[in-house]
Amino acid sequence: MPDARMIEFRSVSKTYPDGTVAVADFSLVVPRGQTTVLVGSSGSGKTTLLRMVNRMVSPTSGEVLVDGQDVAGVDPVRLRRRIGYVMQESGLMPHRLVIDNIATVPRLNRVPKASAHARALELMELVGLDPAMARRYPSQLSGGQQQRVGVARALAADPDLLLMDEPFGAVDPIVRAELQAELLRLQRELRKTILFITHDISEALLLGEQLVILRTGGEIAQVGAPLEIVADPADDFVAGFVGLTGERRLVVRRVDGVDIVVDGSGRPLGQVAARG
Amino acid sequence: MTWVMANLGLIAERALSHLGLAVPAVIASFLLSLPVGWFAHHYRWSRTALLGAAGLLYAIPSLPLFVLLPTLIGTGVRDRVNVIIALTLYGIALMVRSVADGLDAVGVPTTSAATAVGYSTASRFLQVELPLAGPVLLAGLRVVAVSTISLVTVSGVLGVSSLGLLFVDGFQRGIVAEVVAGIVATVLLALAVDAALVLAGRVLLPWTRRSRPQGSLVTP
Repeated sequence: MPDARMIEFRSVSKTYPDGTVAVADFSLVVPRGQTTVLVGSSGSGKTTLLRMVNRMVSPTSGEVLVDGQDVAGVDPVRLRRRIGYVMQESGLMPHRLVIDNIATVPRLNRVPKASAHARALELMELVGLDPAMARRYPSQLSGGQQQRVGVARALAADPDLLLMDEPFGAVDPIVRAELQAELLRLQRELRKTILFITHDISEALLLGEQLVILRTGGEIAQVGAPLEIVADPADDFVAGFVGLTGERRLVVRRVDGVDIVVDGSGRPLGQVAARG
Repeated sequence: MTWVMANLGLIAERALSHLGLAVPAVIASFLLSLPVGWFAHHYRWSRTALLGAAGLLYAIPSLPLFVLLPTLIGTGVRDRVNVIIALTLYGIALMVRSVADGLDAVGVPTTSAATAVGYSTASRFLQVELPLAGPVLLAGLRVVAVSTISLVTVSGVLGVSSLGLLFVDGFQRGIVAEVVAGIVATVLLALAVDAALVLAGRVLLPWTRRSRPQGSLVTP
């Protein structure tokens, strides 16, 4: 039975050479097989925390454990090859065909080209890309398609852990909603451990099984399931951040014998179909 | 024209000899500029000094260099190695900046993404940074190639065989056609090598030609 703790942050801090304290003292367990979302505004240290997991950033103090092992003692290149990474603006290699981009990590691990390409084509289907796009360059794809390629690349070596750094932040709202739905579908199928960061609370509430709401400097305001946080926000900061003092402050009104729900600005959201 | 027709063999021989001096020098200056340019790109503090020093090489007058080098490295004045080394130095002077600029142009998001997905430093340089610097490297290499082919002619004064020897010889013996043939052949050779480089770029850098989105694409 593998450890239920996929990632463990133990009192990590990060002070940059210019004196900026990105993270003061952060501890968290990221459970295996679930999506954990770190949500906070800029300056909350969420990107720094994510990048500590694959040693793109080294903590000033404290340790980060992946699979029970302190990453400081693991070769960073090997570590990164067993952790999928999806970033904003896709981070694809512009000079390599889509299929070669997806096959990057298996090829770096010396998997023969034919089997790496076969796997890449399977992944294109899995993430909803037409395999006919395999022989295009990333610049010939739309932003949404590029993000799908980014997800396929992250899955290519079948890692247990995926790090997602605001992956849907740079696409338009309609495409973002599609990609979010696609990620939920994939995650039902694959049950990976996903550490996802975003500044968008709606995205966090939709995707997260465990939600971590951050103040500045990586200070945890509240950790819990989305329902718990909405039902019982720890303080005014969390309530404000989640929108419980604004748009998500909903009111049930009875109009012509029907219960309807109205949001904070008076906009009707829908009818109450059932309670419970 | 009669002189040219009568001496086609000689012109061809001199042209080959010319290439034999220029091509090794261009290749050597490209290869030697890579580590220096990478250093200037990677360690910003060294950039000004390295690019400045490389640029200064170009300020050395070519004829004295051709004459001085043999005494420094112990070869004969007419030794082709002297000429190749001197031309390599001039090539480096031009190429180091192209390497540094080309690597700079790759952009931090791409190199950082490459690191994050698991490229090692060496594989990242060879498989990501170098190819993406390709267009700038190619532009620099074209200038080096053309300039080297033109500089080779100076060695004609020393009597080293190249197209330069045609116009030195023609000048001394008062054969205008030979002088003109030397100049025209040098220009033609430079154009041919430049065209070959452009062609090589099309083959080796295919993504630079297919960067526009195609009409049939539908979002997402």
